[in-house]
Amino acid sequence: MSAPYAPRGAGLALETAGAWMLALLWILPLAYAVWTAFHPAEFSARFDPLAPVSLENFRVAWRAAPFARYFVNTFLLVSLVLACQLVLCTLAAYAFARFQFAGREIAFALVLLQLMIMPDVLIVENYRTMGRIGILDSIPAIALPYVASAFGIFLLRQAFKTVPRELDEAARVEGAGPLGVLLKVYVPLARPIYVAYGLVSVSYHWNNFLWPLIVTSSVEARPVTVGLQVFSSTDQGIEWSVICAATLMTTAPLLVAFLLFQRQFVQSFMRAGIR
Amino acid sequence: MRRGVEAIYGWLLLLPAMALLALFTHWPAFATLLASLYSTPRPRRPAAFVGLDNYHAMLADPVFWRALVNNLWFALGTIPASIALALVMALWVNDRIAGRAAVRMAYFTPTVLPMIAVANVWLFFYTPQYGLLEQILGLFGVPAHNWLGTPSTALACVTAVAVWKEAGFFMIFYLAALQQIPPVLAEASALEGASRLTFFRRVQFPLLMPTTLFVLINAVINAFRTVDHIIVMTRGGPDNATTLLLYYIYQVGFTFWDSTYAATLTMVLLAGLAAAALGQYVFLERRVHYR
Repeated sequence: MSAPYAPRGAGLALETAGAWMLALLWILPLAYAVWTAFHPAEFSARFDPLAPVSLENFRVAWRAAPFARYFVNTFLLVSLVLACQLVLCTLAAYAFARFQFAGREIAFALVLLQLMIMPDVLIVENYRTMGRIGILDSIPAIALPYVASAFGIFLLRQAFKTVPRELDEAARVEGAGPLGVLLKVYVPLARPIYVAYGLVSVSYHWNNFLWPLIVTSSVEARPVTVGLQVFSSTDQGIEWSVICAATLMTTAPLLVAFLLFQRQFVQSFMRAGIR
Repeated sequence: MRRGVEAIYGWLLLLPAMALLALFTHWPAFATLLASLYSTPRPRRPAAFVGLDNYHAMLADPVFWRALVNNLWFALGTIPASIALALVMALWVNDRIAGRAAVRMAYFTPTVLPMIAVANVWLFFYTPQYGLLEQILGLFGVPAHNWLGTPSTALACVTAVAVWKEAGFFMIFYLAALQQIPPVLAEASALEGASRLTFFRRVQFPLLMPTTLFVLINAVINAFRTVDHIIVMTRGGPDNATTLLLYYIYQVGFTFWDSTYAATLTMVLLAGLAAAALGQYVFLERRVHYR
């Protein structure tokens, strides 16, 4: 017997049924949104298998708000955040993993503090800071509080610590300086962690809403999440079907990426979570 | 490398990250404390030191108490439910059921979607008369009910959305942990004649403890910072029935523009998060054995 507690027979059937019921329940709201978005408004609450499929709702939504600009903004935001995070977190993680210096433990504790006190809850003061710097309503203002990520530093530090010292020393013997060693030895070996962190970061910042909502006020800076909210909360009575279409539109890039790279996504989230 | 040189390198490497952390985490946390001791500057009245006045005002503010109680109920609703569901999902998906890849995907999909987008979908789901929930309940003869518009059910509705969003995320961690339990343990307990329930209670669950702790911390933090769906679905209403702490901070800070009172409220949130961190450290760390 290899797996003595694996259910079989009636037990397995029961478990499968339960799992499928829950899965259907979980997917139901999304399936509903898809149905509504792809059918004319009069079918948004009626389920008629013969209802005509149309893309009209998407056309209306796309014309009603500057979604193209919002997508560009989100794309810029996500790339800016990720690029800065990768550089800063790599440097800091390298220092924590391989350098001995006074105050290192205190510095590390100060970094970990951000895991509990995230930028999300410091919105009032961060807004004032952005005002003082004079960059309110810009993409860098959305990105800045998240750039030095405690999570990223922690994750990369753990990865760097597993690199054998011998590789480090071998590179040094060949004449590489500290940064050369970092680029030639540590970064390539931590590639899976970079992929994992990248996916988590991109999906977090693609989805982030409250801070961008507060700090932006113009079309030029708004990411899609805020754009979607501005669009769907106007008082001019927009059809539900159009809102559903807009909702699907804004999530589509992420959803498609997720469906294509499902395994990587799941593994990345796992890797990022296990310490 | 000589010690002095190494220290200089170390600090130089840290400098950019530490500077930004100081500017956007440490300073604002401290500035929040300072701001909470002052009055909000108004056009003709500059900020003045008022000591604990903001705190007294807060204690006398019924909306603050409402938000705090709501948030505790929200936490109490989301944390155990999402963790339990995540565990069940992971146990199911870990077994060889038919189509488990599809099932796993169904559970996980809400996690990758923006809360703001799925909140729109759920808003429609809960819509009176022609929302899906009303239609399904109507089939069973349940009378019409405005789920989000009634104070007694609104909080439960937004709680359900948060559970739906989170459970699949936590499932991933349980799944990873379950797969790391050596199969030998199952064989040994089977030889001892333990039932599946006993095996779960005495072997699997204790071995999952570190994961449970990790998930628990995440769930606690999320319970106090998830407000996107409140903004979309209820705006704290009806009658403050769904006002959570962070949402109230947002409202006070950016609708009423009372920044020092918002800072005072933020202090409560920070204190709560600090207490959670400390509690986890003191109480749970001892009972959980790490690998």
